[in-house]
Amino acid sequence: MAERTISWEPRNENEIIGTDVERVDGLEKASGHAKYSTDVNPKGTLHVRLLTCPHAHARIASLDVETAKKVDGVKSVHVFPGREPGLEIHFQGHPIVAVAAETIGQAAEGVSAIEIEYEVLEHLVDEFDLAGAVKTGRAKPLRITEEGSIGQAFAEADAVVSGFYGIPSITHMCLEPHGSHCQWPGDSELLVHLSTQNVSGTPGQFAQPLGVDAANVTVNCEYIGGGFGSKFSADEWGVACAAISKETGRPVRLHLDRATELQIAGGRPSGFANVTIAADENGKITAWDSHHWGTSGPDGGTISQVPYVIVAPNRRVQVTGIVTNTGPARAWRAPNHPQACALTDTAIDDLAAELEMDPLDVFKANLDLTWNPEIYAGEIDVGAELMDWKNLWQPRGKWEEGGELHGLGMAIHTWGGRAGPGNCTVRVNRDGTVETFAGTQDLGTGTKTVIAMTLAETFGVPLSKVKVNIGSSKYPACGGSGGSTTVGGVSGPHRRAALNALWQIFDLVAEKHNVEADSLKAVGGKIVSGDETVCTWDEAARLVGPMGLEIQGKGPEDDGLTDQQVGGVQMVHAAVDPETGVVRIVKYVAVQDMGLIINPVGARSQILGSMIMCIAYALSEERIYDEVTGRFINSNLKDYKLPRIGDIGELVVELYQPDSEYQRGVVGLGEPPVISGGAAISNAVANALGVRVPVLPLTPKHVLDAARNA
Amino acid sequence: MSKKQVVTATINGREETFLCEPRQTLLEVLRDVLRMTGTKEGCSNGNCGACTVMLNGRPVDSCLVLAVECENAELETVEGLAAGDQLTPVQNAFLEGAALQCGVCTPGFLVSATALLRENPEPTEHDVRWYLAGNLCRCTGYDKIVRAVLDAAERRRNAETV
Repeated sequence: MAERTISWEPRNENEIIGTDVERVDGLEKASGHAKYSTDVNPKGTLHVRLLTCPHAHARIASLDVETAKKVDGVKSVHVFPGREPGLEIHFQGHPIVAVAAETIGQAAEGVSAIEIEYEVLEHLVDEFDLAGAVKTGRAKPLRITEEGSIGQAFAEADAVVSGFYGIPSITHMCLEPHGSHCQWPGDSELLVHLSTQNVSGTPGQFAQPLGVDAANVTVNCEYIGGGFGSKFSADEWGVACAAISKETGRPVRLHLDRATELQIAGGRPSGFANVTIAADENGKITAWDSHHWGTSGPDGGTISQVPYVIVAPNRRVQVTGIVTNTGPARAWRAPNHPQACALTDTAIDDLAAELEMDPLDVFKANLDLTWNPEIYAGEIDVGAELMDWKNLWQPRGKWEEGGELHGLGMAIHTWGGRAGPGNCTVRVNRDGTVETFAGTQDLGTGTKTVIAMTLAETFGVPLSKVKVNIGSSKYPACGGSGGSTTVGGVSGPHRRAALNALWQIFDLVAEKHNVEADSLKAVGGKIVSGDETVCTWDEAARLVGPMGLEIQGKGPEDDGLTDQQVGGVQMVHAAVDPETGVVRIVKYVAVQDMGLIINPVGARSQILGSMIMCIAYALSEERIYDEVTGRFINSNLKDYKLPRIGDIGELVVELYQPDSEYQRGVVGLGEPPVISGGAAISNAVANALGVRVPVLPLTPKHVLDAARNA
Repeated sequence: MSKKQVVTATINGREETFLCEPRQTLLEVLRDVLRMTGTKEGCSNGNCGACTVMLNGRPVDSCLVLAVECENAELETVEGLAAGDQLTPVQNAFLEGAALQCGVCTPGFLVSATALLRENPEPTEHDVRWYLAGNLCRCTGYDKIVRAVLDAAERRRNAETV
């Protein structure tokens, strides 16, 4: 007897949810037929290049664009609003003029023809330079928070350790750069193909500055080549693209070139900290005292969440944001958390070394200071077994093998992952096919597949009967895909709508076949009552009539389909070449909870990707500004060092889903696994080398400097 | 500006004649002139491999090749890998092995991996990692890509063709 309450099926009754399902948009992507924003290119499209400011801090002295207008092929020279003599510019790459031409080469020639002069001003680009920031008035007022009594706790502690830790700014580095293709099918009707994480939220951002009704703006994004938190906005270059299209009466494509993409379209704030941490002889943390600083660029923000996850009962946290002439920050996957973890779990690891304890035991001894000791304890045990931690771990600097120094390190993390707002229209057609329309987007994370699985499971039909329509602002509105809100944000509304549709179909079947509606279930393409097949799904669907059956779903609701807050543990075995300082990842284990897992293969892919992003920012990735010229000198993919396919070692992913997790419902996954890898890798290298390499990334130079200074 | 040049090349088995400026890259011509947008632009300076195509049987970054150099050349792009709906073992292995996420690096990886398997039908894991080092993935599927290419090599040995 099935009750009509909104819920997921019992875990062992699922046919599709919880099984590995190939992504439903894979064929288009693997055949080259998927159309990204950068691929929308109808005949007549104009191409745009930007004139951007080459200086970190400057004032426009003069600007003359007339010569650019005469360049062969140039159709429009668009000066961004407010870019006039006297305007102060605060970072390199700031867009000033957009030139549209028949070809990209002509647009570049147009840019070269612009006459512009700058008054160059003094800059600060060294994010670590707190003293310099204070001296030049670029430090924001110190903020202090205190809890308990650190003085007494430090006095009574058995071990007190002080250290310095840091993690520099990195960029988002989306492989598909920011930008759009714009055209005006009617005088006041705008069609935008935008590379965006936010199809439902961006039409208004175009409408307002362009002076058109939001109802007349359509934003589409069927595929997107990476966002990581940097693509929620129309951006002023998006609005410029639409304005040029309006002015010229031509379709226009404007995507940032790679250097500009790195300079202005996304950055993660840095964090540097002096930390003192104390514990009793059993490794129980009693006090934390830190001062951290860093930058989010010209607005001078810095990070939060310090200390991270393990929160000492007695603590003082001092924070200084500094104003720098570097590219402005955007939300980078799990904002604040990777930095906070890299400043906290490293200090805990150093504390363990001071106590001559295995750090795994110190983490375990302090789980009561976390939000959920049970999840972490379970995950640490699973991770330790996968890593063979207890057999392999040795005190710092003791494990040498094959000319390399080896070590283990671990760290833990947390994230919210609550379902975001979402709406959908689910339609059951008379031929038994199912369609849905939802204004969400698939960042490659498998959103479309998760929706298809949710509907197929609920209606008991194969995935081939389900068509998922997403990626348009004309579909029912959904929240932006950020903060791990999407999987809950789409699966909840779709499950609700599908159950409500199914119950209506059950009523029709019950009436026709003279059975109890509440006894019916939809499984394997049939409607069954107990062991009896009442009719096929297609026969049932025919009962909905010629118009089909359309039901709206919305969320989030407090009905148990979704939940929030996850843990997660990562452990790393690293090897260091003592002569070259090169760090090699030998094995990297991630154990991650996420409530009910809809598509395990998709979840694993996201975690693997996160682990490689962790390897990137732990070992090689950083935004480097030249202090003399103020320029972002590695804003290209040769010098902005990301791991290649040979740089990653053995990756082991364990999806942590005891029944208690399944019963929580769905929780988002995008952010959590990208958090603790930096700290875990740093801890593994400290264990190998015998000393802490204080600042990420652990480049050969940083490693050798730390070893030399030990 | 120099005059446009006429270039004739075989692209995915079909002879194509196109007009291009001497300064235009093969990537630009593929995407903006011939509207074959399966080949992706990642960096435009040969560092990411997203624009990899085969030129006379060898993988190249099409952003580093001038289109006028392609007179009489045999070109193969991601669109030419499959025969209609019939995907190649490499494409199938990527799909079934979940070796792609956002998908922008995927065409380049598919072309490079195809080139590898034609050159070396029985690569070791090290061979795969070495050969594909020029292809950058950000979001990122390296682990599954390695497995997919090894899987494709096995499928190919089991009588399928690359």
